[in-house]
Amino acid sequence: MRALRSVPRSIVVGRALLVLGALLLIAAPKITDANGLQTAADLLTMLVLAVMWNLLAGYADIVSIGQQMFVGIGAYAFYGFAVLAGINPYLAIPAAGAVALAAAIPSMAIVFRLRAAYLSVGTWVLATVVMLGAGKLDAFGAGLGTSLPVSVVEVFGTDPTSRSTTTYWLALGLAAIAFAATLVLMRSSTGIGLTAMRDDEEGTASVGVDIVRARVVCFLWTAPFLGLAGALITLQRLRVAPQMSFSITDWTVYVIFIVVIGGVGSFEGPIIGTLVFFVIREYLQNWGVWHFIVLGAVSIAVILIEPRGLWGLLRRVIPGDLIPVSHRVP
Amino acid sequence: MNAAGLVNQLLQGILVGGLYALYASGLSISVGVMRFVNIAHGDLIVLVSFLLLTLTASLRLPLPLAVAVALPISFAGGYVLQRWLLQRVLGKGILQIVLVTFGLSVIIQNFLQGTYGADTRRLSGSGFETATIALPGGIGIGVLPLTIFVVAAALIFVLDRLLYRTRVGAQVRAVSDDVEAANLIGLAAPRIYAIAMGVVGVTVCISAAFMSVWTNFDPTSGPDRLLIAFEAVVLGGLGSLWGTLIGGIVLGVAQAVGAQFDVSWQLLAGHLVFLAIFLIRPQGLFPRY
Repeated sequence: MRALRSVPRSIVVGRALLVLGALLLIAAPKITDANGLQTAADLLTMLVLAVMWNLLAGYADIVSIGQQMFVGIGAYAFYGFAVLAGINPYLAIPAAGAVALAAAIPSMAIVFRLRAAYLSVGTWVLATVVMLGAGKLDAFGAGLGTSLPVSVVEVFGTDPTSRSTTTYWLALGLAAIAFAATLVLMRSSTGIGLTAMRDDEEGTASVGVDIVRARVVCFLWTAPFLGLAGALITLQRLRVAPQMSFSITDWTVYVIFIVVIGGVGSFEGPIIGTLVFFVIREYLQNWGVWHFIVLGAVSIAVILIEPRGLWGLLRRVIPGDLIPVSHRVP
Repeated sequence: MNAAGLVNQLLQGILVGGLYALYASGLSISVGVMRFVNIAHGDLIVLVSFLLLTLTASLRLPLPLAVAVALPISFAGGYVLQRWLLQRVLGKGILQIVLVTFGLSVIIQNFLQGTYGADTRRLSGSGFETATIALPGGIGIGVLPLTIFVVAAALIFVLDRLLYRTRVGAQVRAVSDDVEAANLIGLAAPRIYAIAMGVVGVTVCISAAFMSVWTNFDPTSGPDRLLIAFEAVVLGGLGSLWGTLIGGIVLGVAQAVGAQFDVSWQLLAGHLVFLAIFLIRPQGLFPRY
């Protein structure tokens, strides 16, 4: 009881909102139609990408502009397993995640040899190379891409409504696993080192935390989740194509805006950012290119005014984390 | 393909390297001196190209006059950008710098798309761009590519002198080596950085002038130029301006050879050669630091 009383009211309210949100997500198939489910699945996929980019940029100091590479690899691997190899499409999803993880290992040879200032653009070069390479694969429709055959699509539901329900559950499952697993990672000894790194990299190294190991773990950690997201995106879009599956705008630019606006280096940030992003997208998409300008300008303003984003602003009135990442001194 | 054709392709590749070195010279200054990669570098080149388009098409200025008008604007643009925006995030960590220049890149691309539409553009050099010098053995050298190459080499010579032989250059390097120490001896870091970025603006303007005559461009062309410039800088080695010229030539030749197999291999061949050399020599070919 003592512990319960000592939690400030704002944190209780915040946590209640999170629980309410989770319940709404579980109940979504009962309370919304196929269109709503598609939007919700979209939102959950973006949340997964945001959590992963935040882990890299916010904690491990790997400011990647190339995470679309793993999304695209996952998408292509899913297509390869489910369509070309003909294995069960449900099994092809985790297999796609495994391929993305396998692809992360050789890419470390390049990413981790780049100086800090070069790393961002280096990941972008790598992603561009893989995208151009994917455009050479005739079995995947080369530069134009190709659609998922009906036989594969029907495995996930024979009509659009049941299909969007299936893809929604898959997206919710992935988001839940990605979120919970990353939370566990952050509460492990590696994660404590990462949180310390976020706050003071040199100081962390001087007390004996192996920074290189922590960064490698993070890099390898995000790849399979990005690959799984790529498989689900393929199910949502029903096709693979270099420009779409490896889209820097969709899988990295938007994701960066989400994390920056929500709050980089926190667990609450990506959630807030994803919600804000979907509201902005809903209202501003009629503005065409100008909505990008608004997002870009808001992001720059956030960096200049409150680098910890909206969550940083809220954190001025809320005395603690809603999602307990850090261990408290008892 | 006959020998003359092959020589032509290789020559073309080397001369393209001059254009890439132009893109890279400005980036090299901002990376080597200010220790950050400006992600909007390519977009700034495209932005100035559209400025030149407006000056030549709407105001009917001849291209050289348009460039003369755009040069001081670019210098001022670089100065103001550094002083008012980039300086605020410098020294706060890679994340902030990357995000601000990244946001700038997205803003520029979409501003251009909203203002000019998505059409592919090209400026006219009034016949200059198609003239060739015929050499014996069926070898021809384009006057424009040759001019670009000579200008690139001259620009790199001037920048190298500026950075390593003048008082301003010494100040720039002192500030980039150690801001605190430079402050102690009374150097005004923000002003010196801003001047350096103004110089980058001048290189951007020269790059834009030649790029817009030689190649097609549209509002989303910036990232491709950034990646090429980045690769030339990394290949050349940190802080080495002459290295960027060699880096640009390596990329240009790789693309020309790739295009021999299939036009669609052109870009990929450049990137693959970059990755291969990077894996063997991550410090670049001629590292200065």
